[in-house]
Amino acid sequence: MTADVSTSEAPPGSRPHARPRAPLGHRIYHSFILRRLLRSLFVVWVVASGVFLMVRLLPGNPVDVYINQQIALYGKSYEQAAAEASNFFRFDPATPIWRQYIDYLVGLVQGDMGTSIATPGVTVTEKIAQHLPWTLYSVGLALLISITIGLILGMIMAYRRGGVIDHAVSIIGSGFHAIPNYLLAILIVVVGAVQLEIIDYTRMRGNMSPGVEPEFSLRFLSDIGYHATLPMITYILTTVGTWALIMKASTTQVLGEDYVTVAKARGLKESRIQTNYVGRNALLPLIAQIATQAGFIVGGAIFVEQTFSYEGVGLLLFESINTRDYPTIQGVLLVVTVTVVLANLAADLINAALDPRIRLGEGGAA
Amino acid sequence: MSAAAPPTAAGTGVPAPVAGKAVGVSPLRRLFNELTRSTSGFIGLCLVLAILLVSLVGPLVVGTQVPGDAARAWEGPSAQHWLGLEGSGKDTLHLLVIGGQTVLMVGFLAASITTVIAVAIGALAGYFGGRFDALMLQLTDIVMTVPQIVLLAVVGAFYNLDSPVLLGVIIGILTWPVLMRSIRAQVLSLKEREFVEAAQLLDVGWVRIVFGEIVPNMASYILINFIIAVTNAIYAMVGLYLLGLAPQKGVNWGIMINDAWTKGAMFNPDAMPYIVAPVTMIVLLQLGLILLTRTLEEILNPRLRDR
Repeated sequence: MTADVSTSEAPPGSRPHARPRAPLGHRIYHSFILRRLLRSLFVVWVVASGVFLMVRLLPGNPVDVYINQQIALYGKSYEQAAAEASNFFRFDPATPIWRQYIDYLVGLVQGDMGTSIATPGVTVTEKIAQHLPWTLYSVGLALLISITIGLILGMIMAYRRGGVIDHAVSIIGSGFHAIPNYLLAILIVVVGAVQLEIIDYTRMRGNMSPGVEPEFSLRFLSDIGYHATLPMITYILTTVGTWALIMKASTTQVLGEDYVTVAKARGLKESRIQTNYVGRNALLPLIAQIATQAGFIVGGAIFVEQTFSYEGVGLLLFESINTRDYPTIQGVLLVVTVTVVLANLAADLINAALDPRIRLGEGGAA
Repeated sequence: MSAAAPPTAAGTGVPAPVAGKAVGVSPLRRLFNELTRSTSGFIGLCLVLAILLVSLVGPLVVGTQVPGDAARAWEGPSAQHWLGLEGSGKDTLHLLVIGGQTVLMVGFLAASITTVIAVAIGALAGYFGGRFDALMLQLTDIVMTVPQIVLLAVVGAFYNLDSPVLLGVIIGILTWPVLMRSIRAQVLSLKEREFVEAAQLLDVGWVRIVFGEIVPNMASYILINFIIAVTNAIYAMVGLYLLGLAPQKGVNWGIMINDAWTKGAMFNPDAMPYIVAPVTMIVLLQLGLILLTRTLEEILNPRLRDR
């Protein structure tokens, strides 16, 4: 007994309160990162299953609609139409439904999401690979700019509460927040391009100018920057006010904390208090919000990209819906979800790295 | 900014309350007084009321049938037709007046459904905790991951949403998770309070504790979130109509913008009102609702006021 106690005593050199290391299996099981990864996988699996259910089983599902349409329009036999549908949707109608489900999941893991109906011969994966980078680029960069500006404005507002900047940003911010992003896009075209003629809408729409090839050159980079300007301005203007207000609330709360008062009492430099004590802690609650906002903006991209003919995932979804290209719709829904899941995962991991309470709290509670 | 003075019945033309005490003023009247005292709250209230009045009473006055004269398509604004005529010679102002009904109806319907589901599930999950709570959290996690607009567009594409009511119901069903989470968080803190403990000691049953004690205590919070839900629902539905993802039947502001956009009205100076007017209406409505929520938050959550 006494020997037991002495081995669990802290070894010389380590901190007196360090917890004894748990066995490896236990540590892996309780690892925060592993748990988050599993949860993300679980979410993706549920969404994929939901899509399968919606496409294959529910009444009025696209497969049935497609088969009936082929029969009605082109006088094809049921077998013929069903064979075509199974080719597009990558399933074998002869096998039982559970078998189809497993084949579907295996296909997804291998990146096989079927073939587009609207453009025969092109796989859904290829289509999405063409469009997704543009959305990630425009939305990601816009989000980054919007957050940076918002954070700075928010901190200034919190430090000078009731000042001119506070009031101006509050009013302008809620004004732009009230305008749905697709209406702002339309207003930019109507007012900026047609009325004031300061925006060359016909030249700026699309991803890049004709004749420009994707390559790593200044010409290409400046051209895609030029073409992404309008969607990005739309995303930035509609979100920056919200970021500023969130950051203001967060900063105001941190400013009231005791450790800030103590830091001031200790006579620390104001700049150091602003960055190390206030800024860092005020940022924490925002990181979780970034992931939610990212999902929202990617959703809004359907509307905005259509207005500016910006060929991202949103426009792809819009076109597939209009041409009833169900395999592509299904693919876009899945890919967008995976993107948001990854954004959430990244936010959680960053948050856990910055704030030990999160990773320890969750591992211990569950 | 006016400091946090104790609320008094200082409104204009308000009948003197019982015994002249602020305590005697009904909570609704007090809310109204505070709302009209703040500039942004007053503007918000006026905007929302004006749009409600025009959209709900207007159609009764001008009638829902709009006569069209195709020969006078895209005529500019005149004394007779203040906002000009659209592509089939119908009066833009007339369409604008009758186009608000659907938007408002869908917005309020979707928001009501969302709020009812969110409050019921959120309150029960927060109060009972345990397995139901864990399950619901997991469920909201998943639903919140799929961007709602994308899901809505896809559902709209797979299944024909041919009536605005159906559209409202679907928006309501898809959007409750965010609100449910914040209601749950509120209940978690409220259920530790003395009045809940007292009700538990009286053994009045969980239905009365949850829906008779806890939920009424969140009334202001629910009201604010209801208005936010209305703005979100309007955002979603107008977007769908504007993209043409919802059937273009009847008249509403979303359909008007879609019609104007697809016919290229923005390049025709005479047709400008046809595209700008519905956009303006939606923006004003959203702005009014947002100003209203911001002000209500300040009034009902006094801690925010001093910040």
